[in-house]
Amino acid sequence: MITRVGNWIGKHLMLTLGILVLLYMYIPNFIVALMSFNDSSESRNLYQFQSFTWDNWLNPCDPQGMCESLRVSISIGLLATLAATIIGTLAAFALVRHRFEGRSTMNLVLFLPMATPEIVMGSSLLALFVAAGFGGQLGFWTVLIAHIMFCISFVVVTVRSRLAGLDSNLEKAASDLYANEWQTFWRITFPLVFPGILSAALLAFSLSFDDFIITNLNSGTTVTFPMFVWGAAQRGVPMQVNVIGTLMFLLALGIVIGGEVLNRRRAKGKASAF
Amino acid sequence: MSLADQARGDLKLAGLHKRYPNGFVAVESLDLVIPQGSFFALLGPSGCGKTTTLRMVAGLEEATQGTIHIGEQDITHAKPYKRPVNTVFQNYALFPHLTIAENVAFGPKRRGSKDPAQEVKEILALTELTEQANKKPAQLSGGQQQRVALARAIINRPDVLLLDEPLGALDLKLRRAMQVELKRIQEEVGLTFVHVTHDQEEAMTMADTVAVMNKGRIEQMGAPYDLYTNPQTTFVANFLGRSNLIKGTVVGREGTGADAVVKVDMHGTIATIKASKVHTDSDHGWVGIRPEKVLIQPEGQTIDAPGAALSGAVVVDASYIGVSTDYTLRMPWGQEITCFEQNTGRRGGLIPVGTKVDVSWRPEFAFLLDSSQDAEAGLEED
Amino acid sequence: MEALQRVFGRNTAYLLIGPAAIWLAVFFLFPMLSLLTTSLSDPSGTPITGYTLTWRVQNYIEALGDYWPYMMRSLLYAGIATLMCLVLGYVLAYAIAFKAGRWKTVMLVLVIAPFFTSFLVRTLSWKLILADNGFIVNTLQTLHILGEDGRLLATPFAVIMGLTYNFLPFTILPLYTSLEKIDPKLNEAAADLYASPFQRFTKVVWPLSLPGVVGGTLLTFIPATGDYINASLLGSPNTQMVGNKIQQLFTTAGDYPHASALSVILMVLIVGMVLFYVRRAGTEELL
Repeated sequence: MITRVGNWIGKHLMLTLGILVLLYMYIPNFIVALMSFNDSSESRNLYQFQSFTWDNWLNPCDPQGMCESLRVSISIGLLATLAATIIGTLAAFALVRHRFEGRSTMNLVLFLPMATPEIVMGSSLLALFVAAGFGGQLGFWTVLIAHIMFCISFVVVTVRSRLAGLDSNLEKAASDLYANEWQTFWRITFPLVFPGILSAALLAFSLSFDDFIITNLNSGTTVTFPMFVWGAAQRGVPMQVNVIGTLMFLLALGIVIGGEVLNRRRAKGKASAF
Repeated sequence: MSLADQARGDLKLAGLHKRYPNGFVAVESLDLVIPQGSFFALLGPSGCGKTTTLRMVAGLEEATQGTIHIGEQDITHAKPYKRPVNTVFQNYALFPHLTIAENVAFGPKRRGSKDPAQEVKEILALTELTEQANKKPAQLSGGQQQRVALARAIINRPDVLLLDEPLGALDLKLRRAMQVELKRIQEEVGLTFVHVTHDQEEAMTMADTVAVMNKGRIEQMGAPYDLYTNPQTTFVANFLGRSNLIKGTVVGREGTGADAVVKVDMHGTIATIKASKVHTDSDHGWVGIRPEKVLIQPEGQTIDAPGAALSGAVVVDASYIGVSTDYTLRMPWGQEITCFEQNTGRRGGLIPVGTKVDVSWRPEFAFLLDSSQDAEAGLEED
Repeated sequence: MEALQRVFGRNTAYLLIGPAAIWLAVFFLFPMLSLLTTSLSDPSGTPITGYTLTWRVQNYIEALGDYWPYMMRSLLYAGIATLMCLVLGYVLAYAIAFKAGRWKTVMLVLVIAPFFTSFLVRTLSWKLILADNGFIVNTLQTLHILGEDGRLLATPFAVIMGLTYNFLPFTILPLYTSLEKIDPKLNEAAADLYASPFQRFTKVVWPLSLPGVVGGTLLTFIPATGDYINASLLGSPNTQMVGNKIQQLFTTAGDYPHASALSVILMVLIVGMVLFYVRRAGTEELL
């Protein structure tokens, strides 16, 4: 048995090393999942596993303010995703389908936010808000504005690559087959680009939901989930944070796997119908 | 408005011109009438303007000048979806997110057909795709995808069906089979087919009329037989099949009417060419002869051809192909010419390399082209 | 889109790009300008009253003079983390692209999936893993790799490891995109032409994957340089990076002019290094 494993590793050295790297990436997730079952009521040492309990999973909202911060994060995430996806998708269409003056400048402007460290973006936005006299009104709306700003570029990049990969002959074929411009757009272009828009939206949501650096500078007294975690980390993180972390991971994995399974089943079902 | 009820007519291109913004002229004042119900092929190398012409007819490209008519209807500036024209795209352009049936039903639905389902059923039967109706394009083989593209277009019964290199993506065997299939369907539905291709064999086997295009112009147009036996330019002579072109000087013209001939001196030997196959007015020209029309015989043996023979040629290469043998011969003046000889068994073997041979042909097969044209025009680089 | 074109005429493109252009102009480009003016303003103001622009270039000199060790540390830590990401990321991207077979999609999903657990939560868990009485430290002490009082947490090692871990997917994805485009037959062709496995890698695979290497390292290096979360959670006051200082100056100290100056310096440094790097890689190998 051991020699067989040894042989396999010898033959698949790169794959083995790759799997080891992958395992390394999962260490924190494993710890987070484990700690979500940790009973921390006895000890204040939050960095060690004490004893097993279901309590954290049964009462996820126990820590004061955590679920409220989660609600804020989800609201901002959804709104930022909606706005950034619409704005970014329109921009992607303009960049792929139109030649206009200022196009290359626009490409550069869209690239810049991705190449700027978050601390610089966050601080510059704060400097603007303060200079404009909104220093006292930082909160939900300033965070939302910031999130839309840094999500747009990622949406444009994602949708643009999908749109550029679209065979333009398909639209010509639709037009040849008596579809007018609107019909061509809604029946051919949009359905084919939609997966790109969807993944752009997912990306935007996860970026917004997870952002800390920019949010922290522009949030005033509003507390998002990452900010709650940050604040709690100074005192000791409640174990329920691990529950949320694990839930998010499972949810994302579920969405991705579910989508894949659905895709395959649809392809298979169609194929075996005859 | 049902397109099928409309009076159809010939496709007429008049002075059609396409110049791109960068100054490149793709099509130069093209005049062309394609009779209703014919199978017409536009043949030419890539970049000759054949696809641009097709796209202007389809409405996917705007003509710089000129008009396009189908019968009496002017469609020069009509939107693609308002033309009684459909296209089979080069790589089919099947909608990947729709099933085969949905792909085929796309046109009828947009036109507001009363019973698209029935139409789809019929056309899928005609193209032998009934079993694939609910599959997605990606699940089909190349040949099947090709038939879907065809079905999706002909279900609309367009006045003109445009085919843009429709068989280019298929392998040789499938291509041969589809050529027969396309011809059958064309005869069955009786639509005008305009077929764009760079494959001369494909054009010749399928089309009633072939137009050979080069650099935005039609070099010559006609039935495949006429084009092949009587090319008018060096480009056609080389692009459509192969030709040996030998430099000659006109030394005299004799006879009148159908018997009229032109005598040409080729490096000391006099060749006779029918006046109907002479396409130059000058005193110099290229004497053209197809390789399979070239007859050879080892020195001292008689050649089965009337008239003079060129002597002093040497076999420099012999490639045995089975049905035939390709000989490369070096003429006394240094030029190499090609001869395809059917392996009838008459000779009882190959003529060995190095053998001195006499070369001749039947006078009626030769043609004379203008010497100002490039003897290498139309030779495929690949 | 042609329908829009017809309705709105030639301005369709501007209508489509407009919202993005305006949003980014107002909330990205303009703030950058604002940052620039703030960095040249009199530091005697406060965030509530605002700052007056006095073209005080001294802010830069003071910021650099006071905080240059933080800047150097940032570049050093980010540089090492980027290199480690490149090594680890290359191994995994290579395995997925060429060795995973039908598990390709699954492995790709597995690369992205961990990152749906909040960035902060995951980083905090490293605190637990590297803890002084944790399994790893104990093992290393037993093996005498680490001294009796040796620790991992609150050391540069922990910070660099956190950066490496956090930005690894940013390296892997561009690398994978590049590697996946390489035809495996090229490897066979190189083998056929007498290249050893090592030469096959250095002469064929590596040069062809360079666009991914450049993209991946940039996507890692840029955010890593500006990061302060790893340094805060896993480091000590001695391992603070420039991000920590900027953040402190903005939030706790309320010294916007110096904070802005430091931000501008960071930005200029990064843009300069990126341009230099892209140009080098671009002219010598990419083309």
